[in-house]
This record gives sequence, structure tokens and C-alpha cells, in this order.
Amino acid sequence: MDLAPVFLIVMGAAVLAYVVLDGFDLGVGMLMPAATAEEQSTMVSSIGPFWDANETWLVLGVGVLLSAFPRAHGVVLGALYLPVVAMLVGLMIRGVAFELRVKALGWHRELWNWLFWAGSFAASFFQGVMLGRYITGFEGGFGYWLFAMVVGASLCGGYVLLGATWLVYKTEGELRRKALAWARWGLLWVALGVALVSLATPMVSETVRDKWFDFPRTLWLMILPAATVAIGVALWRLTRALEPGTRGRDLLPYGLAVGIFALSFLGLAYSIYPYVVIDKLTIWEAAAHPSAQKVILIGAVIVLPLIIGYTVFSYRVFGGKAREKLYD
Amino acid sequence: MEDTLLLARAQFGLNVGFHIMFPTLTIALGWFLVGFRVAYQRTRDPRWLATYKLWLKVFALSFAMGVVSGIVMSFQFGTNWPGYMNHVGAIAGPLLAYEVLTAFFLEATFLGIMLFGMNRVPEWVHVASTIVVAAGTTLSAFWILALNSWMQTPAGHVLDGNQWIAADWLKVIFNPSFPYRFTHMLLASGITASFVIAGLSAWRLLKSASDAGAARTLRAGILAAAILTPIQVVVGDQHGLNTLEHQPAKIASIEALWHTERGMPLVLFAIPNEEERRNDYSIELPFVGSIILTHDPHGEVKGIEAFEPDRPPVAPLFFGFRIMVGVGMMMLAVSWYTAWATRRGKAAKRWLLWILSGFTFSGWIATLAGWIVTEVGRQPWLVEGVLRTRDAVGEITGAQLGASLTGYVLTYAGLFFAYMVVITHMAGKGSE
Repeated sequence: MDLAPVFLIVMGAAVLAYVVLDGFDLGVGMLMPAATAEEQSTMVSSIGPFWDANETWLVLGVGVLLSAFPRAHGVVLGALYLPVVAMLVGLMIRGVAFELRVKALGWHRELWNWLFWAGSFAASFFQGVMLGRYITGFEGGFGYWLFAMVVGASLCGGYVLLGATWLVYKTEGELRRKALAWARWGLLWVALGVALVSLATPMVSETVRDKWFDFPRTLWLMILPAATVAIGVALWRLTRALEPGTRGRDLLPYGLAVGIFALSFLGLAYSIYPYVVIDKLTIWEAAAHPSAQKVILIGAVIVLPLIIGYTVFSYRVFGGKAREKLYD
Repeated sequence: MEDTLLLARAQFGLNVGFHIMFPTLTIALGWFLVGFRVAYQRTRDPRWLATYKLWLKVFALSFAMGVVSGIVMSFQFGTNWPGYMNHVGAIAGPLLAYEVLTAFFLEATFLGIMLFGMNRVPEWVHVASTIVVAAGTTLSAFWILALNSWMQTPAGHVLDGNQWIAADWLKVIFNPSFPYRFTHMLLASGITASFVIAGLSAWRLLKSASDAGAARTLRAGILAAAILTPIQVVVGDQHGLNTLEHQPAKIASIEALWHTERGMPLVLFAIPNEEERRNDYSIELPFVGSIILTHDPHGEVKGIEAFEPDRPPVAPLFFGFRIMVGVGMMMLAVSWYTAWATRRGKAAKRWLLWILSGFTFSGWIATLAGWIVTEVGRQPWLVEGVLRTRDAVGEITGAQLGASLTGYVLTYAGLFFAYMVVITHMAGKGSE
């Protein structure tokens, strides 16, 4: 049986899970300077029980890349070397800052508070740069790097959208009102980023162009961008409608934001498939030995449902508005 | 090429070395927390709860340090050693994947419940979460040590084309050195955590002699150390004999034994001279080396000359091993003396508290020295007899490696400084 596409789906799912889950953690981190000290404490509490497990989806994504597509792991991460290092340093600083921003002493506390923001920002920005480099096939030159930077900025906007909508779900009162406004800013950046990536990929690669612009298939495919735009508009209107503080629909903005990410991700996956490195390396060329694939699949089939099960359990345990100050 | 290899090794070694300190502490600290949590459950003594909460904070910070530095490693396998995955990925990949799937999510999710969920879940769920986190850290150690041991003493693999694949997974996982290395590492973790608990409790007692909670955790830590350290001596000896059987070049370098000899001495101290293949300024105990390694005063032990040119450098192994054993022996002495000095509720004297504080992180020194011996001792192989380190290194340029190495060094130095300041401060405040 051909397992390479199966692992591609597992890897894609893990990366998407990482993006929409740790995305809200990083988004909340980036929004910290816009809030008062009191609000910051609530914001960190709203992500405290989750961030570590959320980040583990990245390890799973990289783990699947490493174990199921070993050849691609070296090529992709080798080509993305410096942005990867910068992202990792950002993630490291962000991760320990959760603890240190309340446990450090004196002015160090303020420093770590600031580093929490800087780490979140660096991790988000360089993840976007990685994406920008990846979808242009690691081409060198000023234009490509500039493009990657713009994608980096857009992903920051995307994570701000996820973080802000998460805060709409987790907080109340003034902070929730602020979060609705932040969400709109995030949405604008996302629109720019999605538009840019959608235009750039067909320009860079003929394969991608042929896949999208092939009538009448194109008509069907246009459902994807149309749906993304529709969700974006709905989300924009919802952030206005929710301002009076309607109860019960506070999780919806985050859900719609996840929808935008999921559709964009799907579009990107369609563009690139069956390559892991655009136009250079297919999933079959990069795939691990069948014996290894089989062993990993057995483990994944048994354990992934359990992981999803206890992840849901944990989100239920810490569900609802974040009223406790967990770190104080 | 050689520069890239050296930089790639330096960078990976720095990361692994920085990372391993924190799991070494948290694997066993997790089980100590289970002990504190269960003690509270049974006695309802609020002091146990305070103790649990204090050490949970230490655990959380140490765990976070381990997580963030561990993520770096999952990327570095590919960036620094692409040849590793290309040649033995069919064996290393699944083992790493199983670690992520069975351990990482478990630890991360239930740590959240452990840290913040005490008032939100039934008590038994909280106790169970504490146990699950401890089990998760141990499971994580199981998989990664299975892989590391396979790299030292590979078994159960066959060649298919240009890739090594598993013929028998049980043989791959339970390869000849795995049981020894896994036990040795779990004990190292137990002893490291015991000394951290005893040492930080002593630090607290120096500031507030009346802290009953600190006196109790000091005693708990020191008793655990006093029991585990002698076991470690026996296990370490067995591990050494296992290495002599499977990686004799490593043993020859550890002992700085240049020539094959009968009745070899134990070199207590020397400056190994790589140029002239001999030891300078050596202090030796005749026949003792043969007695330790072959349990026979006239037993023959192969010298370094027998393994040329595929042999590790001598000095790091020779000194690393002596640091590990030396620190271990001091820990044995300190734990036994303190166990005796604090018998039947006696308070430890101030000078002893100072010594214990000084020994707080001694486990890290011994563990790092031990890992340097075992990893440098595998050179020039990445997977002993299967894949050379040189053949696995990637095409990252020296400049990129140099830049990122600088970045990592600065980040780790900053993180480590902050960690030490916060840990000692938290412990100094105590639980009351």
C-alpha cells in the first residue's frame, strides 16, 4: 500500500493543528504590549494551560517530516536554516518567559515580560518567512527575500487574528472589547497575506499555474478563495455584532479564523501536491523506507486518537472565561 | 569540510548538553512530586501540599527549559546530520516518532492539569495527572535511550539498498547496551534530583532554620541519594563491562591504555599524550585496571593501538570519566554522612548545609561528564561500525553554523542565568 499520501495528510494535519493552536498563543503574546498589566495577567492565564501541548504539534509535524520523509527533512530545513534558528530562539525565549515573567525579580520581571512579546513575535515572523521561502522554492535574490518578509508580517497578522479571537472567547468586559478591535486589524493583515501568497505561488511555479488555471476546473477551484473571502467578511461583521456582549457566540470568531487558516492551507496543499519541495522533490522520492512507514503508522493509528481525546479533555477542564489568575 | 564537521558537532553537542540537564532533573523530580502529592492525599497535612506546590514550580520551570531546548534538537537532526536520516532514518525515525506520540503530548497536556487544574478536576484525576506526567518523562527517556544505545551497540538491523532498516524491532530497542544505559540514566536522574532537592532545601534552611518543610525534604532527598548512589556504583560497573565487550576502544581510551597489556594498572591521573601515544606524569595502581575490567589481576585488556585509526580521542574520555566517578564518589560520601548526621530528626549543622548547597547541581556535572565519555567515545562513528559522523554531516556552511552557534550560546547563557537565579530564589523563599 502507498503510505506516502497518508503521511502527507498526517503531517499536514499536525502542522495545521500547530498553526491554529500555537497560533493563538503566539498571537496573545504579540498583543501583550497593547494591554494593561492587569489584562496581561488574564491574557497569559487564558493560554497558560495549553501552550506547551500546542507547541508539541510542531514537534509532531517536524517528527513526521523527519521520520516519514527523511530526505525532505534535510533539504527543507537545510534551505531554511537561518530562519529556523531565529524561530527556535524565539520559541525558546517565549516558552521560558511564561514562567520567568512572574518568577523573575525586580527589573528582570519587566525584561521577561518584554521578551515574552519579542519571542512570540520572532517565532511568528520567522515562521512566516519560512513559509514564504518554502513556497518560492528557496529561490535566492532580494525580491524573494522581500516577499518572504512580507509573508512573515502577514503571518504575524494571522496569529494576531487567532490570538484576538481566542481572547474574545476567553475574556470579558473591556479586554474582550479591545480583542474585537484587534481581531479586525489582524483580519486586514491576513487578507493581504492570503492574497499575496495566492498570487505568488502560480507566478513562481508553472506546475502550480497549470493546476489552478485549467478551465473548467478553475471554476470549481474558485470555490476555495470565494469561501475564504466569505468567511472573512462574516468574521468582520461578527466582530461588530459581538460588541454589545452577546452571550454564547464568543467561540465563533475563533472558529471562523480557524476556517480561514484551514481553507488557505488546503489551497496551498493543492498547489504543492505531490511535491514536498516545489518542483524538485515529490513525496515518493522523499518517503521513508516502507518498513519504517508501517511501524510509524501503527503507532500513530493507536496513539493519535488518545492524544486527541485527552487534548479535548484538557480544553474542557480549562473551558469558559479565564477568571483565575493562574500565574500570580 | 573538517571545519563544518567540527562546528556541526560543537553546535549539536552544545544543544544536547544543555538540553539533557533538564530532563535529568525532571524525570526523577516527577516521581518525587508523585510522592509528595500522594503523601498529601493520605495525610491531609497542608505542609505536604505546600511542599508539592513549591517543587511543582521548580519542575515547571525545569520542564519548560527541557521542552524549548528539545524542540531545537528535533530540527537539528535534519540540519546538522542529514546523512543520519538518509542512512539509518528507517530505524531512528520510528523511535523518535514514538517518543513524540507516546510521551511528549502526554507530558505537556497533563502538566497543564497538574499545574493549574487542582481546583477544576476531581482529586483522583489530579493525582493521576501527576503520575501520568512522571510516567511520560520516563517513557520519553526509554525511547531516546533506546535510540542512543542502538547507535552505540547496533543490533537487529539489515541493509536494504543503501539504507539500514530494522529486521527485528525488539532487538533494535533492547540492543546490548540499552538495559545498562537506561538503568544508569534513570539512576543518574534519581541522584541528580535527590541532590537538587536536598541542596535547595539546605539553602532554605540556611536562611530560615525553622522551616520544618525544608528539613523534611532535605531528609527525603538525602535518603534517596544515599540509597541510589551505591546502586549506581554497581550498575555503572556493569555498564562498563558491557562497554568493554561491545566498544573496547572506548574503554581503552577511558583508561588511557595505549598498548595491549596483561595485568594493566589503573591510571589514577595522567596527561594523555596523543602525539607520542603515552601518558605523562601518570600515577598508577598496578594490576587494579585488570581486576576492575576482567576481575583477574593478570587479565588481558586491549590497548588503543589495537583499534587505530578508528578510535576516539583519549583526553576527553580519560578526564570525563574521572570527573564522573570522582563527583559520584563525593556524592556518595556526602549523602551517607548527611543521612547519618540527620538521623532521628537531628538538624544538620550549618557547615553541612553549606556543603549540601554546594552539591545541589553536582548531579549535572557527573551526568554531563558521563555523556561526554559515552558520546565522544563513539567517535569516529555516528552509529558504531555502521555510519561515520563525517558521512552524515550536511551542507550548511561554516558561516551559517558559526552565526547560529553564536546565537544559541548567547540564548542558552541567558536562559541558564535566569533559571539559576529564579530557582535559587524560589527555594530560598521556601514553601511557607
